[in-house]
Amino acid sequence: MNATENGKCSRPRIWNLLSMQAFLKTGKISKDDAPKPTASTSGKEKAPKKPTPWVEKYRPRTVDDVVEQKEIVSVLKQCMAGADLPHLLFYGPPGTGKTSTIIAAARQLFGDMFRERILELNASDDRGIQIIRDKVKRFAQLTASNVRPDGKPCPPFKIIILDEADSMTHAAQAALRRTIEKETKTTRFCLICNYVSCIIPPLTSRCSKFRFKPLGEGMVRTRLEMICKEEKVQCEPEALKMVVETSGGDLRRAITTFQSCARLKAGEPITNQDVLEVTGIVPDEFINEIIESCKSNNYKEIENCVEKVMLEAYSASQILEQLHDQVVRSDVTNDMAKSLVAEKMAICNHRLQEGSSEFVQLIDLCCSMASIFQLHPFC
Amino acid sequence: MSLWVDKYRPTSLQKLDFHLSQAQHLRNLVNQGDFPHLLFYGPSGAGKKTRIMALLRELYGQGVERLRMEQMTFTTPSNKKVDIMTVASNYHIEVNPSDAGIHDRIVVMELIKNSAQTHQLDTSGQREFKVILLTEVDRLSKDAQHALRRTMEKYVATCRIILCANSISQVIPAIKSRCLAIRVPAPSHQQIVAVLQNVCKKEGLSLPSELAEKIAQKSDRNVRRAILMCETCKVQQYPFTPDQNVMEPDWQIYLRETAKIILSEQSPKKLMDVRKRLYELLTHGIPTDIIFKGLLTELGKSCDMALKTKVAELAAKFEHQMHNGSKVIFHLEAFVASFMSLYLHYLEDSVGSSEPFLTLWGQHRRAEAVGAGASAVDASKDTKEAVTCRRPNACRPPPRAAMGKTHSWLNHGLCR
Ligand SMILES: Nc1ncnc2c1ncn2[C@@H]1O[C@H](COP(=O)(O)OP(=O)(O)O)[C@@H](O)[C@H]1O
Ligand SMILES: Nc1ncnc2c1ncn2[C@@H]1O[C@H](COP(=O)(O)OP(=O)(O)O)[C@@H](O)[C@H]1O
Ligand SMILES: [Mg+2]
Repeated sequence: MNATENGKCSRPRIWNLLSMQAFLKTGKISKDDAPKPTASTSGKEKAPKKPTPWVEKYRPRTVDDVVEQKEIVSVLKQCMAGADLPHLLFYGPPGTGKTSTIIAAARQLFGDMFRERILELNASDDRGIQIIRDKVKRFAQLTASNVRPDGKPCPPFKIIILDEADSMTHAAQAALRRTIEKETKTTRFCLICNYVSCIIPPLTSRCSKFRFKPLGEGMVRTRLEMICKEEKVQCEPEALKMVVETSGGDLRRAITTFQSCARLKAGEPITNQDVLEVTGIVPDEFINEIIESCKSNNYKEIENCVEKVMLEAYSASQILEQLHDQVVRSDVTNDMAKSLVAEKMAICNHRLQEGSSEFVQLIDLCCSMASIFQLHPFC
Repeated sequence: MSLWVDKYRPTSLQKLDFHLSQAQHLRNLVNQGDFPHLLFYGPSGAGKKTRIMALLRELYGQGVERLRMEQMTFTTPSNKKVDIMTVASNYHIEVNPSDAGIHDRIVVMELIKNSAQTHQLDTSGQREFKVILLTEVDRLSKDAQHALRRTMEKYVATCRIILCANSISQVIPAIKSRCLAIRVPAPSHQQIVAVLQNVCKKEGLSLPSELAEKIAQKSDRNVRRAILMCETCKVQQYPFTPDQNVMEPDWQIYLRETAKIILSEQSPKKLMDVRKRLYELLTHGIPTDIIFKGLLTELGKSCDMALKTKVAELAAKFEHQMHNGSKVIFHLEAFVASFMSLYLHYLEDSVGSSEPFLTLWGQHRRAEAVGAGASAVDASKDTKEAVTCRRPNACRPPPRAAMGKTHSWLNHGLCR
């Protein structure tokens, strides 16, 4: 195998073949790893199929494949029909199609030359102020004609995608302001982030904002069932349901979980247990045991219980999440107690985020829960 | 002569002694040819590293066992040189990015880019990708983790990343969702007993089951510690007897004694003694979470439930505060001082004089103030000895060396 195998070189063929495989091979399209022209020689078509992550394999190829995000799809389609494109700001939780959408759109707009027409920068690339100034400016200043090599019309601009823009420094964002205004004639910017609040207001006001919603359970299920058929994976219905539920509308997570199970099982049917294992979800009996120990108001029991879940390697943040569901949604205790517990959990969660010791924080939480339960006895 | 832990470390997935179905799953994974990024997590001494190395061997064959240590140098944007030790074979490279402190981002990025681009496997090699093994990723800065996100996707064709962590609470969701997470729970007591019996059989020794059981009980379900304890027992007395003494790691004894001192007398003078002892622990590289945990457990033993709750609250508060400060000792001390005042108060409720309490309260306030503003406090005579932190906003003890992990604090004292 050689470097060309990583597939970044089969680009010129992609729109002719439009085969799944060809698409896969160009999954990554950032400007830096565009192939050297010499690398794309013939004969690579015969290379044996290589297994690919399903998230890449089932990445939407056209904007029509993007599910659930209607507003942005309709805007992009208008643009394909000849309308102008505003600067874009996509925000929303991970795995909702932000990156896929803009890349699919660029492919459709620019066809073969989409590589020359987009510049993708993400958090892994160095994006200090200087880089923004140089790279972006240089790219923005290239001229863009309004016909494609194949004679079809295309929009006379380039697209700069700033993926994961929330991890850009504010200074770099500020530097971007001027650039956006100056280069509007030839360039459209597409900023992508998880939290719109991480982008400075002068930038957000220059873009049309689109919120990407977490995908609905039905949608996730349909996609998974499709993949299931396509890949000939056996999966118990219960297990599939669990993958859908645990994804929380993050399709990337759902697909990855699903593929992980399939890989580990190598042909055997996927069970509930496998999904639990792969997602790191704590089995209910542990959660119940913790709650019982809190109810008992016995320190030794609490300590043993926390020690045990820690040794089983369950993560404290996951435990917290599930405890929260269990306690706050259940009807075993009154609202006053619930709000007290929730408050303590919030503190605990915050501390864990800042790197605190899981054991100490969980003990503290459980002790507090125990005394709260004492004051507000179970009905 | 190597230690038993190294000598009898299983090298292949078939030979692993516990979590067998997981080992089978890992073999399935390798056999499919296709391989995702992996994230191994579990408590220390659960066998993560052993499992990872066995997996690599399954992937590449014996070649992965020919290791070499290399020093790599990275240059930060501000032109600072960062040196870091790596352990590598022809097929993989292992790095503990937290060795690079605040520059972990640059190390991770450069490392992946380098090996993804320059790397050329010999044609006989059956894999197109190389493995980058990053250890202690729970200590990786958020910045570095963010940077990993897209990089993991981008270079997936030429390199796979295996991450190893004690807990995944510190790993950002975006990374978790890009990896196949493999949970490695600590082995049960029976499993540890079986491992010990196995090791002794190979050494040609007979291990009474009572003793094996006793060691397993004292090992905190940590295989490494169990095997080390067993070897110490052998050194102390052989033939084994069922009721022979099992030596605990000396830091553990030391920590317990420290707790006893705290309980014995609550005064500024004792606080100073305790402070010295805490230093001692820190300078031997005992992680702060272990110290907090040990103190909490031991101190709790002489309190009633209401007081225990308060002590847990204090521990949680100061342990957290420590991560935002810069000198761990201040926060440990503040915890001890607050405990002392609390405990004194508790004792007095039954006896009834408040004079010593007031003195101590002053001490406590001072310590607390110091704790809160730790970073602002300047060089008193002992700040120099204090365990300084490499990161401005995260206080952690010095990292354990990547390769010498087996010889690190866990067996410190056992193999002396
Ligand atoms: N709206 C969607 N429609 C179809 N597939 C989606 C959608 N959202 C996510 N996916 C799937 O999830 C994967 C990750 O999507 P991506 O666009 O990278 O998410 P984001 O950039 O929002 O984190 C894609 O490969 C695709 O398979
Ligand atoms: N499956 C196993 N069977 C037997 N011994 C093991 C096994 N896993 C680990 N060990 C022993 O435990 C020691 C520590 O394991 P290690 O993988 O370094 O733990 P971790 O990386 O989880 O801290 C090893 O040196 C080895 O001797
Ligand atoms: Mg994305």
